[in-house]
Amino acid sequence: MNSLIHEMKASMAFVERNFNLAKRYAHMEAVFVIWNVVHVLTIGMIGKFMGGDDPAKVQHYILFLIVGAVFWNFLRLLFFETADAVAWERWEGTIEYTFMAPIYRLTYLVGQCLYAILYGILRAFLVLVLAILFFYLRFEVANLGLAGLVLVVGGFSFLGLGLMAATFPLVAPEKGAQATDILGSFVALVSGIYYEVSVLPGWLQPLSTVSPGTYALRSIRAALLKGATLADVQGDLVVLMITGAALVPIGLWVFHRAEMHAKRTGKLKRSG
Amino acid sequence: MEESEAVKDRQRAPAVMCRGVTKYFEERGGDGRAPGWPGLFGRRARRRITAVDRLSFTIPKGEIFGILGPNGSGKSTLIRMLSTLILPDAGEIEVFGRDVVADSLAVRRTINRVSVDAAFFKKLSAWENLSYAARLYGVPRGEARERTASILEEMGFSREKMEQPVEALSRGMQQKVAIARALFTSPALLLMDEPTTGLDPVSKRQVQDHTLRVRERHDTTVLLTTHDMDEAERICDRIAIIHRGRFIVEGTLADLRGHVGRDGASLEDIFIELTGKELVELDEEK
Repeated sequence: MNSLIHEMKASMAFVERNFNLAKRYAHMEAVFVIWNVVHVLTIGMIGKFMGGDDPAKVQHYILFLIVGAVFWNFLRLLFFETADAVAWERWEGTIEYTFMAPIYRLTYLVGQCLYAILYGILRAFLVLVLAILFFYLRFEVANLGLAGLVLVVGGFSFLGLGLMAATFPLVAPEKGAQATDILGSFVALVSGIYYEVSVLPGWLQPLSTVSPGTYALRSIRAALLKGATLADVQGDLVVLMITGAALVPIGLWVFHRAEMHAKRTGKLKRSG
Repeated sequence: MEESEAVKDRQRAPAVMCRGVTKYFEERGGDGRAPGWPGLFGRRARRRITAVDRLSFTIPKGEIFGILGPNGSGKSTLIRMLSTLILPDAGEIEVFGRDVVADSLAVRRTINRVSVDAAFFKKLSAWENLSYAARLYGVPRGEARERTASILEEMGFSREKMEQPVEALSRGMQQKVAIARALFTSPALLLMDEPTTGLDPVSKRQVQDHTLRVRERHDTTVLLTTHDMDEAERICDRIAIIHRGRFIVEGTLADLRGHVGRDGASLEDIFIELTGKELVELDEEK
């Protein structure tokens, strides 16, 4: 029991440290948030253009695109923050110190993921509020509770993917971060963030069916745009639960293997 | 019953026990490429470097054991293996009777390390970095603040500087914070990897004095790697000279003098006698 409490407290070390870092790099964080907002608004403008003179269509397209952009940003943040944490620590040279601490690796990963979730929620909320104000959006039929539930359930899959992506900077110190970008972009391509996955070329569509992003975005859109109920999206939720239950342990296993590889080859050190 | 025997064995165990420890690294180099398709993608030839070569030694509890050697002689690799950060390719390493590979978490609970490069989140203040360490090591923050402030003050580092970003501190100051970070967790084994490299003579002396005090007060075992002959002579109970991953001699200063047959020989004389070269020359060869 004491050990569990110690591990839980230790996981908060990463949350506190990362928020301290965000505070110190506040100007950079502000730049990222501004970029995020501008990006979402630009995507929303495409919806306005597509809707033409029909206000209902304009509203539909803007919502469709904005929901995709905002929630993809959130899920992407879960994915990237976990991976970036390793790259960042290698860059600062602190990774050896962190990995030498008397805590389970799971504690380290839980702490990083917890920060990613908290920070992701804050950022997504801010961007969404600004987009609503900019486009005078109305979520009249939205089922916000269901959208939140989908986000939580879908989040586990992205954390699992993030754990796998975090291995890139461990095994390929110089180019690992770029590899994370490539994987993230590919998941975005097949998950239909700005379009229905049905428009993907036939040979890519099978990949969209194995991406948890497809199910998360489809359900969130259904909840926010059509006011879907739990019964309407239960199929997608089951898939997300299964992928989350599978991807988190797989991610942990892959991370463990990568750490062992890094320890065998001496790659934890920055110059390694 | 068996469990209590295991506990007793661990209590009797030395602080560090290495048996036939070997570590290789592969690095790009050599001639041509390894077979691959086609030439453009062929894997570049790699050569194997032996960083630590069948090393065996023991450090009893409470001892300050110094390892002296040029750059690239295997000192840091050995420290990293003891820190559970690198896996040995052969041999066994035990820290207080626990295997560093099979029981790495238990080993990590007993150690801490100061490395040559003070690794910190440079934008964070010294205290924010120390607070992060306090959470990881389960030391209550109030207690951690008191302990680190007192350690730092003993090394001539004022409390006010704890709030400054690490990047604003001099190299010597950063190294003192790194030492405080390692010591406030009260490790039973302190691994110091060239902790005074690049420090001015006063800071160097303060760090050495503090290391001696820590051993005196807490019976901490210290493994210190260094370039500095005077430092090794001043604070180490026993010294090993490492060259190309192997100890060429190990013992007290008197033992080492006896080994080269010169009573008044300095550590530097002994080093030259045994390696045929000065430490500086060996560093330049790397």
